[in-house]
Amino acid sequence: MAEVFVFATLNGLVTGLLLFMLASGLTLIFSMMGVLNFAHASFYMLGAYFAYTLSTYIGFWGGLLIAPLIVGCIGASIERYGLRRVHQSGHVAELVFTFGLAFLIEEAVQLFWGRDTKNYQTPEFFDFALFSLFGQEFSAYRGFMIAIACLIFAALYFILTRSRVGIIIQASISHPQTVANLGHNVPLIFMCVFGVGTALAGVAGVIAGPVLTTFPGMATVLGSIVFVVVVIGGLGSLPGALIASLLVGLLQSYAIAADVGMPELLNLFGVSFDSSHPLDDLWTLNLPQVAPVLPYLLLVLVLIIKPTGLMGNREQ
Amino acid sequence: MLKVTDLHAYYDKSHILQGVNFHVDAGEIVSLLGRNGVGRSTTVKTIMGEVEPRGSILFKGKEIAGLKSFEIAHRGLGYVPESRDIFPTLTVRQNLTLGLKGKGENGRWTIDEMFNMFPNLAERADVPGGVLSGGEQQMLCMCRTLMGDPELIMIDEPTEGLAPKVVEQIGLLLQEIASRGVSILLVEQKLSIALKISSRLYVMGHGKIVYEGTPQSLLGAHDVRAEWLEV
Repeated sequence: MAEVFVFATLNGLVTGLLLFMLASGLTLIFSMMGVLNFAHASFYMLGAYFAYTLSTYIGFWGGLLIAPLIVGCIGASIERYGLRRVHQSGHVAELVFTFGLAFLIEEAVQLFWGRDTKNYQTPEFFDFALFSLFGQEFSAYRGFMIAIACLIFAALYFILTRSRVGIIIQASISHPQTVANLGHNVPLIFMCVFGVGTALAGVAGVIAGPVLTTFPGMATVLGSIVFVVVVIGGLGSLPGALIASLLVGLLQSYAIAADVGMPELLNLFGVSFDSSHPLDDLWTLNLPQVAPVLPYLLLVLVLIIKPTGLMGNREQ
Repeated sequence: MLKVTDLHAYYDKSHILQGVNFHVDAGEIVSLLGRNGVGRSTTVKTIMGEVEPRGSILFKGKEIAGLKSFEIAHRGLGYVPESRDIFPTLTVRQNLTLGLKGKGENGRWTIDEMFNMFPNLAERADVPGGVLSGGEQQMLCMCRTLMGDPELIMIDEPTEGLAPKVVEQIGLLLQEIASRGVSILLVEQKLSIALKISSRLYVMGHGKIVYEGTPQSLLGAHDVRAEWLEV
């Protein structure tokens, strides 16, 4: 039992921190610009594909360094030459723009890299066990994923709350015109934030590509769950995104690990159904089967109890 | 230093500024007076690039009409808005840091000097700006703009809603600013500090300058005061 719990926790941490890498960029962009970027997970996919191609020439570390830079530059260019113009037409136009962009990127990926799954593997130097517990090994690469995510959170938190750049970014969120009057180029700041946000998604793609497989549908797989995380955490809140990512990761992981069926749960409350009951199919599901639905259930619960999310303070 | 010629500005179809002409010389304190709604705030907002200008705005001999706000600030113009716009979640020190331009190097003003001038701000250096009193927020807002080392600072209604003692303090600060070679364009509705510290005054009415003179000449111009200033 302890063995299941420990490994479910570790796997939940890995999934949660991977979600955080994606959610941090998305929430950063939203808090700064008020833009809900539907194409955010597409930048994650681009990160994985660029890293796959680059790793064949300059190795894994080169890919980890260059691929997010390329993705960030693409993101910044999209903000500068696309989103900034669309922004003048309001939020609906922005949503449609980013929605279209997600399709465009997916098609482009299929055009350049094809529809098949790419052989993007974890590098050989990570092929060892970081530690063993209860006879099971925890791979070094998963430990590396955790370390990168923690590093990103620490760096972002430090930059946003302690540095002058962070102060300018925070101030630009609430009073962009006042910040401009003080001599700061707010549109340039917005462009850089969008670029950094998409680069973070790129980092997540580089790291997750070898574990979750690199294929054209990878953005769709994570796209909706990242939005769930950001809304649960509170739109625009970085600590909220971290807490929500871990919550969702652990929730899914525990649900998958728990070998419990609905009948056992219902029996605890003295409820039982026989096999002729019309809802029999529903009540005979087990917890691993409903695991993918749980984050959405959590989302609904959080929105009912605290509509701004766990740590959000934006009313709109 | 600042020369505004035939300045027009619009809010949608409303013609707010209808050919404003005035100038501010180096080291001068000049006041722009008038009742609510005559276009005083719009004039400074237009100079600062917040409202699209039509006409000429020369600053240090170069045209700045049409430039973006941050570019105008980099040319050496500072603006303290009527709304103050203190960043409520940032501390007093962070609010001041925000005023530094470019790489964040100090000009002729430092945070320590600001704290020496206003011990109240020093005592509350690490307190969020949002919890300061109205007078303290006004001081902080002016100090924040000064941190960017402007050569001319435009201050919109700094005494609005403040106690007489604080108004007096603000008058002293404005004189201190001018003594360091910074020109001031003071936008005011009331005559109180404007008459005491200004070298010249302009009175606005219906989107135009309707009177130009010194504090002494305005004191004698009863008809101007009655028609354009008194409520």
